[in-house]
Amino acid sequence: MKRIVSSWHTFVAALREIFDEAAYARFLDRAGMASSSEAYAAFRREFDEVKVRRPKCC
Amino acid sequence: MSRLLAILGWGTVAVLGAVAVGTVAVHRGEPINALWLVVAATCCYALGYRFYSKFIAVKILALDGLRATPAERLENGRDFLVTNKWVVFGHHFAAIAGPGPLVGPVLAAQFGYLPGTMWVLAGAVFAGCVQDFVILLFSVRRDGKSLTEMAKDEIGRVGGFVAYVAVIAILIILLGVAALIVVNALKASPWGTFTIAMTMPIALLMGVYLRRIRPGKVVEVSALGFVLVLAAIWGGQYVSQNPGLARVFTFSAPTLAILIMVYGFAASALPVWLLLAPRDYLSTFVKLGTIALLAVGIVALHPTLHMPALTRFVDGTGPVFAGKIFPFAFITIACGAISGFHALVSSGTTPKMIARETETRMVGYGAMMCESAVAVMAIIAACVMQPGVYFAINSPAGIVGQAPAAAAATISSWGFPVTAADMQALAHAVGEQTLYNRTGGAPAFAVGMAHIFSHSLGGETLMALWYHFAIMFEALFILTILDAGTRVARFMVQDALGHVYKPLGRTSWYPSILGTSGLIVGAWGYFLWQGVKDPLGGINSLWPLFGISNQLLATVALCVATTIIIKMHRARYAAVTLVPLAWLVAVTFTASWQKMFDPNPRVGFLAAARALAAGPIPMSGATARLIFNNRLDAAVTGVLVVMVTLVLVESGRQWWGILRGTREAPVKEAAFVRTRLVEEQG
Repeated sequence: MKRIVSSWHTFVAALREIFDEAAYARFLDRAGMASSSEAYAAFRREFDEVKVRRPKCC
Repeated sequence: MSRLLAILGWGTVAVLGAVAVGTVAVHRGEPINALWLVVAATCCYALGYRFYSKFIAVKILALDGLRATPAERLENGRDFLVTNKWVVFGHHFAAIAGPGPLVGPVLAAQFGYLPGTMWVLAGAVFAGCVQDFVILLFSVRRDGKSLTEMAKDEIGRVGGFVAYVAVIAILIILLGVAALIVVNALKASPWGTFTIAMTMPIALLMGVYLRRIRPGKVVEVSALGFVLVLAAIWGGQYVSQNPGLARVFTFSAPTLAILIMVYGFAASALPVWLLLAPRDYLSTFVKLGTIALLAVGIVALHPTLHMPALTRFVDGTGPVFAGKIFPFAFITIACGAISGFHALVSSGTTPKMIARETETRMVGYGAMMCESAVAVMAIIAACVMQPGVYFAINSPAGIVGQAPAAAAATISSWGFPVTAADMQALAHAVGEQTLYNRTGGAPAFAVGMAHIFSHSLGGETLMALWYHFAIMFEALFILTILDAGTRVARFMVQDALGHVYKPLGRTSWYPSILGTSGLIVGAWGYFLWQGVKDPLGGINSLWPLFGISNQLLATVALCVATTIIIKMHRARYAAVTLVPLAWLVAVTFTASWQKMFDPNPRVGFLAAARALAAGPIPMSGATARLIFNNRLDAAVTGVLVVMVTLVLVESGRQWWGILRGTREAPVKEAAFVRTRLVEEQG
């Protein structure tokens, strides 16, 4: 049971990383901000410059 | 006891794998069950991972679990970040999995299921997985440096420059051919066009939702977007049945090409959060879900493959693309076996997230195995169709003719019976006017996927919905590559132009954004237009060009890897990268030579130009353009080959000097720092 729960948590963590939710959470931590429209806009300003340069394969 | 059990267990896997591969290889006559391919692939991957990748990890790379990775040493909470290995694995797989492993194997199925399957299995285990694994590890040991930086450091300035130019060239050719696949899938298809058109407002809505309503809830909004896309697929059937609406969403290939160029330009210039990012999320959501669903569908249904093991087209006369099995099967299938582009991902974000060196094996080698498995699924999807149907969908009008009866008669005369009535019934079943001349691989894959899904979920009545789901899945995938690729290429050009005139390098300066976006879209748009206007459907010339450029980039990556292995004093094991390198050189150089100089106009660009020039005089404008395009394709191929030859020569000089002891071999790794993660984890 413990193994199933742990696998589920890893699966959710992978999804959060793939979909940049984890990056947003880290940004909020680092900037000491609560989630809001302004915080998300600030996150995207910082993050998009990096994200769009990431190579994605064909 | 446990050792005995391990020997017995792995011995069983080896025997089972040998039986399955043997069955796939020697079975002739009766159709074969797809499960044989699944078992062969599973056993090959398991053995490759357990033994070959471990050999590389221990004997060559000497992975060190105590060495701190850049994610730990340079952690900044943004790029550099210690991350759970399964999370990195998922992230890496999502970045390397694109439409390539779906389209390439479908096109190569014209040779039969055997060549593609063998190349995908052997190519992945001995070349593709190895490339991804070693480049990832070498990047980790160099603070996450990119392939171009490593090429410059380890081989010299020529290596760095060639890698840079090869990346731009591949991106442009890839984007052109990817756009062509979408055009061929959507032309004269109001249902498909409506569905894809709807993904744009859905993406915009997702962008606004993320920004204004529920900031940062990406998984949630992606699920919502997916539901809306499903609704669009459902609604598409009513659009196609309504004459007025159907007319609005019915476009010719040239019109679609122009629309896609406009879209590419807009997506490259608009704010990322508004269109590009939400589309990327939606595409990833659909991609991961559909791949999992397809895997389950194949195992549950285990369909029969109707395509023979080998077709008559191994002689190079195939209608899908011209050229013999060697070298063309090996450049047509890139991403499922080995793809140079993966080396960019392995030296991009992933090395900055790896917590321990020992995890590079699972992430680099393991994720590529999964990508290869996707290619096996694509082969199955293409080969479950009757071969006559496969060739009717994938053959251009220039080969089989425009009229359904004539096309069916031509294909039947090749020994693959199909009738115009069969094709009409199939087109009706999937909700299309016609399925003839839909080159590019996407529609054939969609028919195969719809066949598998409709037999396991929903029956024949849902065939049309599954077909359009598959088309949406591929087109969404490709359009996402199109907008992301345009932007990546734009940044690369801006970086280079910034050295000439500083403001041009500023990614926020609008004149530079618009100028460089126009340049990149114009470049891939040219190839797209060339494909749309090509009487042979475009894929015949453009897909090999893409395959050649992608495999040439893999050649550069393997040169870098071999150089580093020799510098690490592991020259006696250099065959691990040297053999795939030699194979790729043989494949790409032969293919390039044939594409440039083969006397058959269907194969050689220059021969095609000569044949056109020998036509009636005065020459029409369209013919003159075709002649120019063929010469341009030959020139592009020639330039790429010359540049990669320079890298090979430069690498060879390095190896020779190091092995003779006349050249120093400094390993340009970051200094060893002991990890603290081991103590922290007890």
